Amino acid sequence: MSDTLLQATGIEVTYGTTRGLLGKPGGGHKVLHGVDVHIGRGETVGIVGESGSGKTTLGRALLRLVNTSAGAIRFDGADITHLPEPRMRPLRRRMQMIFQDPMASLNPRHTIRRILVEPLLLHRLAADARAAERRVAAILERVTLPAVVLDRNPHELSGGQRQRVGIARAALLEPDFVLADEIVSGLDVSTQAQVLNLLKELSADLGLSMAFISHDLSVIRAVCDRVYVMRHGRVVEEGPCERVFAAPASSYTRMLLDAIPLPEIDPEWLTRRTESEDAA
Amino acid sequence: MTAPLLSISGLNAVSDRDGGAPILRDVSLTVARGEVRGLVGESGAGKSTIAKALLGILPRTVRVTAGTLAFEGRDLLKLPARELRDIMGSEISLIPQDPQTALNPGRRIEAQLTDGLRMKRGLSAREAHGRALSLLEEVHIREPERVLNSYPHELSGGMRQRVLIAAAFALEPKLVVADEPTTALDVTVQKQILRLIRGMQEAHGTGVIFVTHDLGVVAQICDTVTLLYSGKVIEEGRTADVLASPRHIYTRALIAAGPRYDRPDAGLTPVPAAVFEELRREIAAGGGR
Amino acid sequence: MAELALTTPTPKAPSRAAKRLRALASEPKVIIGGGFILVLIVIAIFAPFVAPKDPLEQDLMAGTLPPAWVEGADPGFLLGTDDLGRDVLSRLIFGTRIALIVAFVAAGLAALIGTLLGLMAGWYGGWADRLISRLVDIWMAFPPVLLSILLVAVFGSGVHSVIAAIVIIDWTRFCRVVRAETQAQAQMDYVTAARTIGFSRLKILFSEILPNVTPVLIALVSLEMGIAVIVEAILSFVGLSVSSDTPTWGGMIAEGRQIIYEGWWVLVAPLIALFATVLAFNQLGDGLRRALDPVMRR
Repeated sequence: MSDTLLQATGIEVTYGTTRGLLGKPGGGHKVLHGVDVHIGRGETVGIVGESGSGKTTLGRALLRLVNTSAGAIRFDGADITHLPEPRMRPLRRRMQMIFQDPMASLNPRHTIRRILVEPLLLHRLAADARAAERRVAAILERVTLPAVVLDRNPHELSGGQRQRVGIARAALLEPDFVLADEIVSGLDVSTQAQVLNLLKELSADLGLSMAFISHDLSVIRAVCDRVYVMRHGRVVEEGPCERVFAAPASSYTRMLLDAIPLPEIDPEWLTRRTESEDAA
Repeated sequence: MTAPLLSISGLNAVSDRDGGAPILRDVSLTVARGEVRGLVGESGAGKSTIAKALLGILPRTVRVTAGTLAFEGRDLLKLPARELRDIMGSEISLIPQDPQTALNPGRRIEAQLTDGLRMKRGLSAREAHGRALSLLEEVHIREPERVLNSYPHELSGGMRQRVLIAAAFALEPKLVVADEPTTALDVTVQKQILRLIRGMQEAHGTGVIFVTHDLGVVAQICDTVTLLYSGKVIEEGRTADVLASPRHIYTRALIAAGPRYDRPDAGLTPVPAAVFEELRREIAAGGGR
Repeated sequence: MAELALTTPTPKAPSRAAKRLRALASEPKVIIGGGFILVLIVIAIFAPFVAPKDPLEQDLMAGTLPPAWVEGADPGFLLGTDDLGRDVLSRLIFGTRIALIVAFVAAGLAALIGTLLGLMAGWYGGWADRLISRLVDIWMAFPPVLLSILLVAVFGSGVHSVIAAIVIIDWTRFCRVVRAETQAQAQMDYVTAARTIGFSRLKILFSEILPNVTPVLIALVSLEMGIAVIVEAILSFVGLSVSSDTPTWGGMIAEGRQIIYEGWWVLVAPLIALFATVLAFNQLGDGLRRALDPVMRR
């Protein structure tokens, strides 16, 4: 059994292809230009880039949420690139996602109980509603949420609590792989630290592989083993975090790192320019 | 010693919507001419409220209950509406947070840039046009003529923010309120914009109140910093001092909680509950009015 | 062995139904509009008991009598009589029946058909969407008044034709709105989340999307009821609705128009009833929309 859980090669994603009168596809805007990523078992891989880099699209392509116009995706050895949706569904239990805005990713008209219990029943991880409730109670404790949230709607919870529900939902199905898409952007520094800690613990407990998408290199450093740096739909650098952050090979990575202001006085930071800085 | 440009003294505000819950507790700070003061805090700390109070745009549900906002010696809270209108936009101006929504999508850039010049300085259309061109050059926009003629949606986020900075400095204000002006921008664009704001500020000798939640930004661009928590000033001083040797445990905890690309174990230490306990104690003891 | 679990009961959050009812009760438009409609429903159901006289009874000796507060009136006819001596008030009361039957049935059916098609078009997209959208476009190109006259001519006059005419014309209104709302919902992250969990497309449509489309739908149904009432009035005004025996507000307006100088009340009474009813439906719809969507509004 190979060490690689998820392997994507030559991924291309094109949006907005139109069909001409004769059925020939035309137009369209290519968002990913032949991207290769691989994620090993138990590994946390960061995908970093600025807006327009394609990192979010890549994440969704890996989960087969958007269609690829080229390339192949293998999950646990099986080719899932063109797997029809009905055959994809049982696999979905093993590939979960945590979203950036829990306000948008939790249905406002559902209770937390429903949000957490239904997936368990769907995948028959619990025999009945009562068994499901037990498992839900256990995960709530794990993410330090009080049991009272079960009867509430998402808008009645705080931002940090909502994010924990999102994490609980993903972990509940005991997946092999989790995609975390900008899950701490917009959180206070203290809440961010709590969420990152929780994620690391859960990941270790469940032996998760994770793809952590972020625009913030500092956050990536805190949680990831390896990192992919993306720009304009391509991977410009890849490697273990230690190496990439200490000695970046790509000038773009250097520019990204240099642009981050650290909370220490650095009189040259403002005037220091790294190569290939384009004016906005 | 010359009087400071801005002197906020004992400012207290409450939220009528939450039954009189305090939003600002006895806040005091000063900004000297040409000084960049950072206003830092997590969400809900009150930094936006202070900025809005300065600009006279507090929501109706927020009420100032005590204190003064002395701008060049005059208390903004007590000035008649007409005088306030004269000051806003020309002596005190704003760099807003979101370049998407701060510009009117239905008007060309030129119209929006020259509004203030024509109404408050009485420039003619041609004079205003010339001034707008030189402003755009000052913010390093290439092809200023084309940009003047464009609509906001035709420009990138970074360019829009440059236009907004140009607009903020157009009338040579004495104080600029920068309300999280780089939060919505990519990090590489942020650096350029920060460089620009610093450059403009130094060139024009403007005082700046820089609202942000990012201690890194404060370190690189602010001369002095005021740290807020729940509407109360926790610590303030020269940035170098506060960051290198913070006096308050909250400051220390906040610095430690932030992730750093050069330290793999940073960013995983939340602010300890004990610190919040201490803060609550101090707030209860201090007693907002 | 029975488990003796002694736990302190956590205070139960009010059930969602209770929360919704409370939200509804606190919205004045719902109370006023809804209250008025409820009164109308009661009047319609108990019309034979509420109406002082037989609406069809003609008394040529008591023709064109003014309402009770005007000089020369007969207090037995509170709102006066028409030229055939029929009691205006009683006819008004019985006319409520037709108005409400048409309102509820027509709006309900149009909503059902339009919503189902709109959901399909918005969620499944592809050829289903193309087909349904094209259908809606073509359908909406027909002038509605002519179409309804044509339909009534084909089906014959009667309540069923009026209802059919309204449904056939107005389902497109629901389809368009529901389709747009469905497409907007499909972009939401909670729909994506449901996909990642592995729910089937049909389940997502009814479980995640429909509940969020419902507030808009309810408001639209209320509006549609007001429209249905007016359309029925128009059709009975031109004599294309029920037979001339059964009293309808539109029919009364038509009759009243003939004798407007001799008996203005025959025209004015149903006009006011019409106005009030449509206003009530609109207020109800507006209030419902606001009350049922506090989730988003917070």
